[in-house]
Formats: sequence, structure tokens, C-alpha cells
Amino acid sequence: MSKLSKEQVKNIAKLSRLGIKESEIDKYSKEISDILTYVEQLNELGVICAEPVSQITGLESVTREDAKYEQKICSKEELLKNAPEIKDDSIKVKPVFEERESI
Amino acid sequence: MSKFETVIGMEFHIQLNTVSKMFCRCDNYSANSKANENTCPVCMGMPGTLPYANGKAIEWTYLLGLAFEAKIADEFNFERKNYFYPDLPKAYQITSSINPPVIGGRLNIVMSEGEKELRLNHIHLEEDAGKLVHASSGDYSLVDLNRAGTPLVELVTEADFRFPEEARVFAENLRSIVRYLGISFGNMEEGNLRADANISLRPYGQKEFGKKVEIKNINSFKAIEKALIYEVNRQTEILNEGGKITQETRGWDENKGKTLPQRSKEEAHDYRYFPEPDLPPFKPDANLIDKLKSEMPELPVEKRERFVSEYGLSEYDASILTADFDMAKFYEVGVEKIMEKENKDLVPKESAKKLSNWIVTELLGRLNAKGLSIKNSPVTAEKIADLVALIDGGTISGKIAKTVFDEMFETGKDPGQIIKEKGLVQITDTKAIESIIDEVLGSNPKSIEDFKAGKMQALGFLVGQVMARTKGQANPKIVNEILRKKLN
Ligand SMILES: [Zn+2]
Repeated sequence: MSKLSKEQVKNIAKLSRLGIKESEIDKYSKEISDILTYVEQLNELGVICAEPVSQITGLESVTREDAKYEQKICSKEELLKNAPEIKDDSIKVKPVFEERESI
Repeated sequence: MSKFETVIGMEFHIQLNTVSKMFCRCDNYSANSKANENTCPVCMGMPGTLPYANGKAIEWTYLLGLAFEAKIADEFNFERKNYFYPDLPKAYQITSSINPPVIGGRLNIVMSEGEKELRLNHIHLEEDAGKLVHASSGDYSLVDLNRAGTPLVELVTEADFRFPEEARVFAENLRSIVRYLGISFGNMEEGNLRADANISLRPYGQKEFGKKVEIKNINSFKAIEKALIYEVNRQTEILNEGGKITQETRGWDENKGKTLPQRSKEEAHDYRYFPEPDLPPFKPDANLIDKLKSEMPELPVEKRERFVSEYGLSEYDASILTADFDMAKFYEVGVEKIMEKENKDLVPKESAKKLSNWIVTELLGRLNAKGLSIKNSPVTAEKIADLVALIDGGTISGKIAKTVFDEMFETGKDPGQIIKEKGLVQITDTKAIESIIDEVLGSNPKSIEDFKAGKMQALGFLVGQVMARTKGQANPKIVNEILRKKLN
């Protein structure tokens, strides 16, 4: 595994919403590259005839009935307790200027 | 004639009106709830919680697919679409667009030039995000997660549309279908049904697509057509001047009647999809699909065709009556009443057509003016059927019937009762009509002379006089006959 570029590290930080200093980039570039190299050892096993797996439980088609909670499992107050700021029963956040692109 | 061909593909999001949300048992109906009232640790994205898929939402996704004659995938799985946005508490949306549950499909729409087939690419199931309210000061935004986790079906079409009107008609058909299936309110204004459009232009004959523009923020059926027409004109102008189209997302501004570039991040999206580890794959068994097929209600297209052949309605009237499930039901309740009254096994087409006319031309206009739905109509279908029978039986004339109908709409009373109370029964007694005609002739000697001199309008005038004196209650056919006899 070659060392991650400065740009790749910056992009990962951005996607993860982590602020890193310019001076830290080199350090993380090395650390992440080391982790990837470690995991890359799996390639040496030369597994060729196994399908990629994302589930190991063997379960399938698990669904529930379309019914409401019989009673609330958590009060609204409890649920909102972790929010940094509340206004009119809503979670107050920084103003959003970007238009929503997904959904 | 433009040198460019328009190419449009549509994406629709449809909120399913299940009782509970997609992955938790929170109440899925929040129209009358305070902010964050219908939330729980799961839909708030608390650490350590697990999603539990709502089987009804999956069934309804298949049902919608079957209505579009689509293929049901042997297996599908959910995956995580990762991105940060304040209304998305888990920082990922659980969706199923990579291995979707429903593949392909098609719908024939009726345009004035004839039928046109429009193909679907696929349908997938996902969860909706919360709602953001922006402070008018611009200082902050408020997040309400009542909507977070509502089952959301996304229907993606192929780029088969060539005219903005086709996109609107398709959307209206889609609304009818989801309402017939009873899986969504299908209300665009309230956001239960949302539309995005992809549009590009290319020179006629060119195979490759041009640069496409995505239009968002379309809030009504009319806006779909308006936004696309605006975009066709805007892009045609740029291309005619030798310019280039920028691939971008634009928002429809209803007040300005324009699409405007949306403020967004410049970099390409990196959603890092991966299979949702907390939800096993879903494999529908054949019994489930057979059961859904057998439960499939008659769909708008089939109903429209049946109304034409069984009741002798025009395509136009049939399409109005079948666009809405409740409307079609209303009409057929009326037809049944007519059959009962006339004691017939076969539908009397003449009466069925009259009933349709009363509903389409008289009732709907009045309902619209009052902002009422067919469900809240003050006049029942049975009473309109009674009115048709009273006209057919000669008790009242068609003209008087309108007065009676006004009264029915105001009061909800029976037509028979109104006729009795207001003394509106048609005068068919020839003796009575004759004496009125004599009076009219006596006071209009000039008209008699005119008629004898060959002026046919004079007859019309005299009939009008008789009708006026009887307040429209004389049987016009009898009036005509007697008048002609007396004048000749
Ligand atoms: Zn919940």
C-alpha cells in the first residue's frame, strides 16, 4: 500500500466531519496507510472462489407487523435531552444554506 | 420548429401511509402532531438501536411494482447511503437502490395524439428524512424528526418522455394509482408525492443524450409541466446562440415562474454505499406475490376502459370519473340506484350517460367552487340518480332540474321533496297548456303575423313566452306541438 496522498486524507476528514490541522496531515497519512497495509495482508490468502459477504447470520426476509408502539418507549423530553439546543419542541441547528441534493 | 428534441426522465418519491414508520413502530401520521412528537431512539438515530423492517411497506412496494407490470426481484437488500445533513440523524439513509426490489415496469398514458408507453427503470424502498424549518432571520434552522423514518418509495422512470405534458400526465396517473392501491395520500401540495425531473436537449437524430439539468422543488402537477416548459425554452435559447448547457441542479421558483440554479456543494457526491449490516436480505416467496396479484384492485386504466364500454361514456368523461377512486365509486353507486329504479339487469346506457353529465358538468364545478371533495359532497349519488329518473319520467324538464339541483346542493334534500315543496312539477296537462297558449297568442298578434310571413324566430319567441308564464314548468315538447297546430 502506497502512502495516502494529502488530498485523500483531507477528503476523508471532510467526509467524516473531522477538523484536522495542516500539520497533522502527514501523521494521519502514515497511520491510515499502515492500517490499510495491515488489512491488505488478507489478500495474500488468495481467496478466489468466495462471494463477498455482508451478512453472516443466515437470516432472510425478517419483517415485523405494521403496528404502532402500544406506549411510548421514551418521552420526547428524554429524547431531546441530548440535543445541544431546543426551540419550539425542535432541535436548533446552525442555519442550512446548501440546498438538499439527496433523498 | 425547434432543431432540438427534448428528453425527460422523472423521479418520484411517494410516502407510504402505513400505520407505523419504516424501521420503528412510531406513529407514521404526524399531520396533527407537535414537532418531534412521533419519535423514538431508532428514528432519532441513537447509538445502539436496530432497525426492524415494516413488512407492509415492503408488500406495498411490490404492489406498486405489479400495478406497473414490473418484475419483482428474487432478492433485494437495504444499504446505507452516507452523508451529513441536519435532518438525517443517523448520518446515513437506509435505502435499496443498488439491488432494488422492483425492476422495470411500464405505464400507458392517454394523450390527445393517442396512447404512449412510458417505461420505468426501477422502484426502491427507503426512509424519509426529517423536516427542516429555516428561521426567517437566517440565524438558525429547526429540525423536526416526525417525518424521519417514514417509508418512502422512489419510482425512477426511463428517459422516455419527449414533452413536458407527458410528465404531468404520468404524475397524475401515478397519483391515481397510489390512491387506488390505498398506499399513499398522493398529495403533491402536502409532499406525500414529490417529483424531480431530469431534462436535456439534443439535435434530432442524435443518439447520445445532451447535458442534463435536474429540476427540484416542484410542488404541484401544473408546476411539473410549467417548470419543464421553462427549461426547454431556456436550454433551446442557449443552444441556438451556440452556448453550452451546464450540468446542474436547478430549483423551480413558482412565484418567479423560473428555474434557478441551486446553491450546492461543488464536489461530486461520495455516498459510500454499503450493505446495511443490521437488515438481512429480503426474498419474496411466490405465495406473497400471488396473494398481492389476487388482491390487486381494478386500476384506473382498466376502470376507464370499462366505463366506456359498459356505460357508454366518452373517454374524456370516463377519465375524469376514474381519476379518483372515490369519484368512480360515487358514480357507480348512482348507476346501481338507476338500475334498481328501472328494475334492469343491464345498465341503461342513456341514463348512465345522463348521470355522468350531471356529475361532471354540474356537481364537480360546484364542489370545486366550495373546495369540497367528492367524499364531502352535500348531494349523494342516489339523489342525483333520483333526479335523472325524474327528468326521464317527464316529471320535470331539464331546465327546472338545474334549479332543483341548486337546491339539492344547498340543502341536501331529495329532489322529489324539493319539487313538491316548490311546486315545480312539469305541466303536462294539455288543457292547461292550451289555455296558457291561447293567452299568449291573444296578446302577441304581431308574432302570429310574423310566423305566417315565414319568420321562424317568431315561434321560438312564442314558446319562450309560454315557458315564462309557466315559470319553465310547461313540458316544452307539448308546448311546441300545440303551438304549431294552432298557428297552422
Ligand atoms: Zn421511531
